[in-house]
Amino acid sequence: MATRAQPWQLRRARSSGPVALATGGAASAEGPGRPGPLQDETLGVTSVPSQWRGVQGIRGDTKSCQTASIVTAEVSTQTRKHADAEVQTEAPEPVRLQPVSRHDSPRLAAFLQRVEALVIRELNKNWQSHAFDGFEVNWTEPQQTVTCLHTLSYPPAQGQGMHVTSVSWNTTGSVVACAYGRLDDGDWSTLKSFVCAWNLDRRGLSPQQPSAVVEVPSAVMCLAFHPTQPSHIAGGLYSGEVLVWDMSRPEDPLLWRTGLTDDTHRDPVSQVVWLLEPRHSHRFRVLSVATDGKVLLWQGAGAGRPQLTEGFALVVQQLPRNTKLKKPHRGETEVGATAVAFSSFDPSLFVLGTEGGFPLKCSLAAEEAALTRMPSSVSLRSPAQFTFSPHGGPVYSVSCSPFHRNLFLSAGTDGHIHLYSMLQAQPLTSLQLTHKYLFAVRWSPVRPLVFAAASGEGDVQLFDLHKSSQKPTVSVKQTQDESPVYCLEFNRQQTQLLAAGDAKGTVKVWQLSTEFTEQGPRETEDLDQLAAEVAT
Amino acid sequence: MNGRTNDLEPGLCPSPLLGPTAPSPGETQAEVEETLKRIQSHKGVIGTMVVNAEGIPIRTTLDNSTTVQYAGLLHQLTVKAKSTVRDIDPQNDLTFLRIRSKKHEIMVAPDKEYLLIVIQNPCE
Repeated sequence: MATRAQPWQLRRARSSGPVALATGGAASAEGPGRPGPLQDETLGVTSVPSQWRGVQGIRGDTKSCQTASIVTAEVSTQTRKHADAEVQTEAPEPVRLQPVSRHDSPRLAAFLQRVEALVIRELNKNWQSHAFDGFEVNWTEPQQTVTCLHTLSYPPAQGQGMHVTSVSWNTTGSVVACAYGRLDDGDWSTLKSFVCAWNLDRRGLSPQQPSAVVEVPSAVMCLAFHPTQPSHIAGGLYSGEVLVWDMSRPEDPLLWRTGLTDDTHRDPVSQVVWLLEPRHSHRFRVLSVATDGKVLLWQGAGAGRPQLTEGFALVVQQLPRNTKLKKPHRGETEVGATAVAFSSFDPSLFVLGTEGGFPLKCSLAAEEAALTRMPSSVSLRSPAQFTFSPHGGPVYSVSCSPFHRNLFLSAGTDGHIHLYSMLQAQPLTSLQLTHKYLFAVRWSPVRPLVFAAASGEGDVQLFDLHKSSQKPTVSVKQTQDESPVYCLEFNRQQTQLLAAGDAKGTVKVWQLSTEFTEQGPRETEDLDQLAAEVAT
Repeated sequence: MNGRTNDLEPGLCPSPLLGPTAPSPGETQAEVEETLKRIQSHKGVIGTMVVNAEGIPIRTTLDNSTTVQYAGLLHQLTVKAKSTVRDIDPQNDLTFLRIRSKKHEIMVAPDKEYLLIVIQNPCE
């Protein structure tokens, strides 16, 4: 027990030590407060520093702020899988007529016997009836006036003072393309030019911003969209080259170019046309005509350089002498071709407009060799078959009627439009439209009696021979300052549209009124009559 | 459409043979051609064709593609017109169809087995 008690006491004693110390400390702390004995004392100066600033300093603590650093992360995605699908449409095979089965004949005969009387009665009634004379149905809201829908232009080309030399609609009728070049300087120029295309059906069409632009090293004189490929377009250059572009590939649009060889034209190409290859239903060739008198047929063989498959040359000595022409100067043997139009009825028949002002009827099937020394890899043939009586100046445009196999129009620098029949040299009618030049004439694709002409006075003139054969039915101002309109083209798909290009570098898309798009009853007969009447 | 014509068969169906003395196939053949020629030679007639119940042309005076187009389209229209008439009044039936257009008048004489289509220019 005692041994146990001892450590406790010890611990007690030890623990009491700090307590005593603590109380001692407290007692000594009271010491200074106690009044001491009286004595003289000088007190040092005590200064109390002002705490005003300090307090202020303490209160105004500095703070800083910083925007959190922007976190960036780079993520790349790539689709690895792709699938190719091929779709091909084949030319529809016509349904064959069922061979006449002998078996059905008795029933068929009975049927016909039953209905014959009824049908004959109705046929008679219908032939004598005048119930529907002059009756017209208005299926759509008629468009009364010709209005300008779009004014398209490409400012970089306009800035260089370039003209629109040609316009073309593509096969779907929604894209219009124009070529920029210059028609008024005869010099060999190295000016760059452009081919621009606008898709009119695209939402947010901007008239100053073409949906596709192709830069071309030389002025483009003529354009033609492919008849089935919506993005392929052929163009003829001032240098005599013929090119084909794919407008859907903006980085590398060139499909093929003829280059400058012995085979190519040596003068500006005046017109290009796509032609269906004979014996092939899907393959097309490009035909180009130029003022050097050559008519060349190009076949695009894969990529790169096309092949010249056929060639024709116009030589003065070989022209048919059925009309009196001016005697050629000595040494001058070429006849410059300025325009071409193919017949809608005979694929080998075409009409050429010439610098001499006389249209020529020509054939691709011609066999006679041309008397020319022009070098060429294929033998050039002489296509001319018939010479029509001339205009007072070069012909700039010809157009074959899509509704009559013999009728065609020509327009030239004399300001006259001639309506010719393929069968006679003299024009059926001649209309003077302007005292300036006429640059283009085109038949309407839907109205047999309607055509449009582009004048040097800045007008687009629409003729309806049904209304008047003397003066235009409607004339619209394309340019305000009477600068010439160089080209125009009807839209074959959206038949109410007409595009025209002018010297100011703009293309205007006109919406035609209903009278120019709706075929009246028996209009084709009137056209036949026109062709027959005047010829006799 | 086939169902419809089959429904009609009782009552409307004439005997396939004309009588006890049915003409020989050669004679009926000539008779058919004669009738078609008579109709075709009528004033203003541009074309005549006979189409069977499936819309397949069996006789025509027009070119192949035009015939196929006319036959297919007019067959559909006739079936539609027939069902329209019968839907309005089940006791009624289509007997003849005339279509007046800007350029032509098209006449269709329907039957359970065949359609006779005649295209005529309107009067002068």
